[in-house]
Amino acid sequence: MTTPPAAIDSKLDAKIPSGPLAEKWDRHRFELKLVNPANKRKFEVIVVGTGLAGASAAATLGELGYSVKCFCIQDSPRRAHSIAAQGGINAAKNYPNDGDSVFRLFYDTVKGGDFRSREANVYRLAQVSNHIIDLCVAQGVPFAREYGGFLSNRSFGGAQVSRTFYARGQTGQQLLLGAYSALMRQVAHKQVQIFPRMEILEFVISHGSVRGIVTRNLVTGEIRCHAAHAVVLATGGYGNVFYLSSNAKSGNVTATWRAYRKGAFFANLCFTQIHPTCIPMHGTYQAKLTLMSESLRNDGRVWVPKKPGDSRAPQDIPEGERDYFLERKYPSFGNLVPRDIASRSAKSVCDEGRGVGSTGHAVYLDFSDAVGRLGEDVIRERYGNLFEMYEKITAESPYKTPMMIYPAIHYTMGGLWVDYNLMSTLPGLFVLGEANFSDHGANRLGASALMQGLADGYYIIPYTIGGYLAGTSLPPVTTGDPEFREAEAEATGRIEKLLSIRGKRAVREIHRELGMLLWNDCGMSRNAAGLGAALARIPEIREEFWKNAMVTGSTGEFNQDLEYAGRVADFLEFAELMVEDALTREESCGGHFREESETPDGESLRDDARFCHVAAWESQGAGKPPVLHKEPLAFETVRLTQRSYK
Amino acid sequence: MNGDMKLKLRIWRQRGPREKGRLVDYEVSAIAPDMSFLEVLDLLNEHLCAHGEEPVAFDHDCREGICGACGVVVNGQAHGPDAKTTACQLHMRRYKDGDTLVIEPFRARAFPIIKDLVVDRSVFDRIIAAGGFISVNAGSAPEANFVRVPKDKSDLAMDAAECVGCGACVAACKNASAMLFVGAKVSHFALLPQGQAERETRVLTMVKAMDEAGFGNCTNELECEAACPRGVSGDNIARLNREFIHATLKTRKG
Repeated sequence: MTTPPAAIDSKLDAKIPSGPLAEKWDRHRFELKLVNPANKRKFEVIVVGTGLAGASAAATLGELGYSVKCFCIQDSPRRAHSIAAQGGINAAKNYPNDGDSVFRLFYDTVKGGDFRSREANVYRLAQVSNHIIDLCVAQGVPFAREYGGFLSNRSFGGAQVSRTFYARGQTGQQLLLGAYSALMRQVAHKQVQIFPRMEILEFVISHGSVRGIVTRNLVTGEIRCHAAHAVVLATGGYGNVFYLSSNAKSGNVTATWRAYRKGAFFANLCFTQIHPTCIPMHGTYQAKLTLMSESLRNDGRVWVPKKPGDSRAPQDIPEGERDYFLERKYPSFGNLVPRDIASRSAKSVCDEGRGVGSTGHAVYLDFSDAVGRLGEDVIRERYGNLFEMYEKITAESPYKTPMMIYPAIHYTMGGLWVDYNLMSTLPGLFVLGEANFSDHGANRLGASALMQGLADGYYIIPYTIGGYLAGTSLPPVTTGDPEFREAEAEATGRIEKLLSIRGKRAVREIHRELGMLLWNDCGMSRNAAGLGAALARIPEIREEFWKNAMVTGSTGEFNQDLEYAGRVADFLEFAELMVEDALTREESCGGHFREESETPDGESLRDDARFCHVAAWESQGAGKPPVLHKEPLAFETVRLTQRSYK
Repeated sequence: MNGDMKLKLRIWRQRGPREKGRLVDYEVSAIAPDMSFLEVLDLLNEHLCAHGEEPVAFDHDCREGICGACGVVVNGQAHGPDAKTTACQLHMRRYKDGDTLVIEPFRARAFPIIKDLVVDRSVFDRIIAAGGFISVNAGSAPEANFVRVPKDKSDLAMDAAECVGCGACVAACKNASAMLFVGAKVSHFALLPQGQAERETRVLTMVKAMDEAGFGNCTNELECEAACPRGVSGDNIARLNREFIHATLKTRKG
């Protein structure tokens, strides 16, 4: 069955090239206009964010000869949160000779995303995946190798082939250091200028195109405008709206939310990924949740006691009284089911009162079988650093006693809407990596975020931005233009407003309240009543923030309190749209589980007739209801099926 | 109430790069043993804000030991007392009720203080820009399995590449030397076949950038190795010296 392509919303032209799926990207690269090599240096491009997508984009655009300005919030581009990705990066190399192909990677990704992504984008992603591995190896990324010196692969959730390349439990770190070194090479060649400790506060639109940004220097507080011919946004996801997540503390929605307010559409916000293997919550003082790589599910077995309320130590519970619930429910994928399914299964056994640990919100991830079968040395080689990390945080050794894990917010599939060229609905604003909505549909497979970030930066934006710059008339602008002054005034006005609240409640406390609300009502499982209640409550919390938040210090200095308050203010606006999106999507798919829409055995039930589309929201300004646009998803190659991992 | 531990914190407060700093005493109560060191600073800051005082500035981001942003000296030790542990992964179960923690920034001439516990480590970026890369453009990489890398070499390169660029090695060294940081990057590439083409120029330009930045010399006491949260080995300093001598002799004219 193929879904009929519905009429295209005039504001949402995805610009997918015609022709057979496998030829689209080739054809498009040929059809894109080229910028003459001698003219490239005359084009200035701003890149915001230096994670895998931003660093790889800035480096590659520098290699091509563009004049690049690259901004990051951290003190060095090397610290962006891609660095924390543990498990690996997928590619269709088929080195293990186990049946992989570009088509299979494409198919697994579309299916894993529960049929809510664009076929053409995902196919392109699978096509360029192999080039990424080639490039990273050439950059010196020390991927794991076999004794013969060839690259090693491992398997990951949602796939039955071994296609994941890895560097111990630090794949993100090594890939980011590769992209960072490529970036610093361009800094040395004076192709890229780096601006660390900078936060983007506003976008500048001139003659209908994005032509600049307004930044705040986090050390001096200086507000400054920067002009360019195009802006590339690679500022990551919005997981921190939930307060507790596996994201780094600086992760925020400010850049993408400000773009939305200026006219970029925000898409599929309700597609949030809850990672099944995080160290469980404890105490209200907790600042973040720590992820334990999904790769652990290769050798770890997930279980809870069969009997509710069983408080015996794990080693005292005999084999027959344990429920290896993933192996029982999904015999063919077992512990390697995709993340959304593993997370929800853990929640449901805990809801039945069979959760373990002091809070009852945890399940065991047990390595005793693997240690018995392979020996402690092999397990140490595979997961040593993860086990050490777990022991540091919990004071328990996973070699001796099962880990305790629980799902936590980890990644956001939703993001700014982009077309096939990765351009948002604002001309000249390109969005890469986790910040866009594009390739993962309703659920991202493990080891695919690194692949997408680097695909966007190394192999897609270098082509598509050229097509835009060569094919668009862009009159000269300067930062003295009224559009720049207005944007700067907006940014300054917001800061002054924050500093004038002088209330009594810590910003962190208000953020925590918002996070708990969203976790309960818009988390692993959602229903109309809860979402409706959250929609009513969020404006109240926002009002409380603007009346009673305590923001100390002043703007002309290093002021972490002020930075944080600005980000929480934007989360408080963003949260409402996320919940609205979740309420509007009356189906269950991927990371979005609506209790009203499930199969008799409790699996999520899509509604392809009504919801086989991208939901893209257009701002009408603060305080006014947004307008929903729908981009229909046409499946011409893959058959829409009920996802099954049984 | 989170827990019932009480700690005395003596924290370096300094308003700006050119202002005079001093140690200020604070008491933090309701600490739980499972709290991380940075969560204790969060708690203190929340308390300071509530009393209209300025919070303590400190760098942090991932809070899982991999970004390299955090880093302070706790009771004289960079990142605190635990081996192979960043400050964000130091937990309060390490301390007893009533203990005193003296908390200072990483001190080195090449790391000017920005505010309180925050220092400017951008000099590390300049050293990497001087040669800490393999010159390959996105379009010109050969098939990944074309070059085989023996597993032992690859593992050693990975050991060196573990560095998170936090600067604890510099802070722990009485000479404020950056030899472990530079040695780790030089080793990472020198050990791999991909790094051979630029092997000599890389070590020379990186060492030059290091020397110009105002770091001290290495006197082989290996405090850096002891402080390194990623366990980067001092062997990398020996390898740096060897690479440097080799490159110097090989490129010497006449």
